[in-house]
Amino acid sequence: MILYLMCFALFLVGLYGLLTKRDLIKIILSSAIMGYSTNLFLVLFGYRRDATYAILTPNNSGQAMVDPLPQALVLTSIVIELGITALLVALAIRLYQKYGTFDITKMRSLKG
Amino acid sequence: MILPYFVLLPLLAAFLIALLAGKKDDWAIALSFMATLSILALSVFGFITMREQTFTYAMSGWNIPIGICLVQDALSLFMLFMISLIALTSLCFSVQYIRHLAQDWKYYALFMLLLTGMNGVVVTGDLFNLYVFMEIALIAAFALVAYGCRAEEYEASFKYAIMGGFSSSVILIAIALTYSSTSTLTLAGIAQALPGLDQRLVMWIAALFLVGFGLKAAAIPFHTWLPDAHSSAPAPISSMLSGVLIKALGIYVLIRLFYNVFNAPPLFMNLLLIIGSVSIMLGVFLAIGQWDLKRLLAYHSISQIGYILLGLGLATPLGILGAVFHLFNHAIFKSLLFYGAGAVEMVLGTRNLKKMGKLAHLLPITAGTNMVASLSISGIPPFNGFFSKLILIIAAIQAGHPVYAFWAILGSLLTLASFMKVQRYGFYGEVEHQKPNIMPGKLIHAAMLILAVICLLSSLFIVPGIREHTLDPVVDVINNKIHYIELVYGRAL
Amino acid sequence: MKDSHGMTPIVKTVTRVSVWLILLYGCYIILHGHLTPGGGFAGGVVIALAFLNVMLAYGKSFTAEWLNIRLLKDIEAASITLFLVLGLLGIAFGNAFLANFLGKGEMFSLFSSGTIPLFNIIIGIKVALSLFLVVWVLADIDSAKGGDL
Repeated sequence: MILYLMCFALFLVGLYGLLTKRDLIKIILSSAIMGYSTNLFLVLFGYRRDATYAILTPNNSGQAMVDPLPQALVLTSIVIELGITALLVALAIRLYQKYGTFDITKMRSLKG
Repeated sequence: MILPYFVLLPLLAAFLIALLAGKKDDWAIALSFMATLSILALSVFGFITMREQTFTYAMSGWNIPIGICLVQDALSLFMLFMISLIALTSLCFSVQYIRHLAQDWKYYALFMLLLTGMNGVVVTGDLFNLYVFMEIALIAAFALVAYGCRAEEYEASFKYAIMGGFSSSVILIAIALTYSSTSTLTLAGIAQALPGLDQRLVMWIAALFLVGFGLKAAAIPFHTWLPDAHSSAPAPISSMLSGVLIKALGIYVLIRLFYNVFNAPPLFMNLLLIIGSVSIMLGVFLAIGQWDLKRLLAYHSISQIGYILLGLGLATPLGILGAVFHLFNHAIFKSLLFYGAGAVEMVLGTRNLKKMGKLAHLLPITAGTNMVASLSISGIPPFNGFFSKLILIIAAIQAGHPVYAFWAILGSLLTLASFMKVQRYGFYGEVEHQKPNIMPGKLIHAAMLILAVICLLSSLFIVPGIREHTLDPVVDVINNKIHYIELVYGRAL
Repeated sequence: MKDSHGMTPIVKTVTRVSVWLILLYGCYIILHGHLTPGGGFAGGVVIALAFLNVMLAYGKSFTAEWLNIRLLKDIEAASITLFLVLGLLGIAFGNAFLANFLGKGEMFSLFSSGTIPLFNIIIGIKVALSLFLVVWVLADIDSAKGGDL
């Protein structure tokens, strides 16, 4: 249980950063932390005590295995987050070109 | 089976565009038109011949408990038809509009990926698969919002991506909780397992899904990204986002989850009613003060999404009918309004209503179709918006919620007021204009005229005799709630 | 990333040796994806890191000569198209999209499990190239002034 609560704490760290930071790079990092906490949460559900990895090899047939599905899901979600982070970094670089700063309080072409 | 091709054709088109297109965009345009036309034809064919049945398709030959399945029923075919129709007109509009911005094949590849994602969300019957397709659509949408390379577009796209990332995290947590408690990710399997669980946990999962997909649907407490993203994007993309993306990723998934999986829990139906009515009013109030035409339209999207949620929250067959009908109508007239705004922006280079003025003589077709769409959105007979709003209001009264009915009427009146402002200042104002050096071409006019005609024709959907073959099968799928389980498992293989 | 001459000779010498080992390891992971932990994605990331090592140690201009970036972009688009074509062959020869249509072979041998190793190889190429190209393109943007991607 404590592990799940710590995951939630990590999620809140990300959310806090997302809401309070003004630097584009820090916002991207906060968003990434939030994603990692979710992935950790998901992969923890697949864990079984004293179980081996979920791949059939000549040595470990017959033993209890961890649940492989959350691992596959997490791998997919990591790839998705990689894509989103790359896109966010590209946007941050372009915003830096336009404004000469990473500070979001100085970017004011959208309002209302 | 036609089901996998809804995803495969646009995906193949996107990759072939990336492979074949050199510097020019001819190949890209041809390929994307071919893909969109063929999925439009497939969805029409599917809706005409198979609307009463439910089919499943097991991906890579693995059957339901193990593999991913795709599910085809009247609701998904209806959504597919709507998506491909708007996508086709958007492509027609794009050819000249995007050449005016930059001649580039990347736009079409991204457009096809957007289409892939939305079609995938609609056809899939697996929760995580839905998440993956949703992200494909969203990443394409982030890139397309920033396509015009101006500072405000980057800013809007950044904001959209951050909000999208947050909502995706929330949805992923909900998926993790669902998987840990039901041990399955197939929607029908989840629906089967849910009644046996601790109901408090189910409510928490449902609440997380409501926050996540409510953010995608831009219902009112989660709407802040929408006006920026939808008003900054290129006009055909605005119409795709406002017309179908928020419905395919937001409303459709909410319908599927809350009706077919969670069996319409009364608590969440009431929440949808409240969110819907607040969205109607706040959206229209925020819209009425805007002078930026596209921003005004974007705020109206929030308000119209409110009507759809209101109909869904009523949870009566008539309310659902109104919601489904309004879903379709909103896609048509909102896209048309965005095309009008895009054509004006292309010709005059401004979106400010005060600078538009006398456009009725300069752009007669744009002004005419915009008038049709404005009348339609503000609920004037005989256009489609009138009928769907009428059904929603009658349904609210029948369900014993006269307050919500009154609320909807008030929202509709305010919508009329704000579109009178658009017509008065935007198209029949005082500012005179010189003959501009760029005029909308034939394809743009074709896109606008097609949608204007559909605005009028789709009122016929409600006529008895046609209704039984168009809207009723869709309403049945939604109204049958967790009968969905038997439909999916009954025809597995 | 501006400095096109790269890092010190020590780093360059180490990289010259290690990059081939990293590439070999990536290929090993991809090829044994159906037998051991790892697979197309993990191996692809390792290969991309080998390329990025060269880019960091020797600088961009050397890497641009060493690798044909234009060709890499084409291979990347081609690999994913090939993936879809293989999936469609599953419809043609099997019973569904992505279905297996090759012999399953003997358990635990390198040439086994039907189409899965082929998909692993394609995914490995795709991941390696796209990850490398993403960083390449991001490093290409001159952050001081505007430029087109």
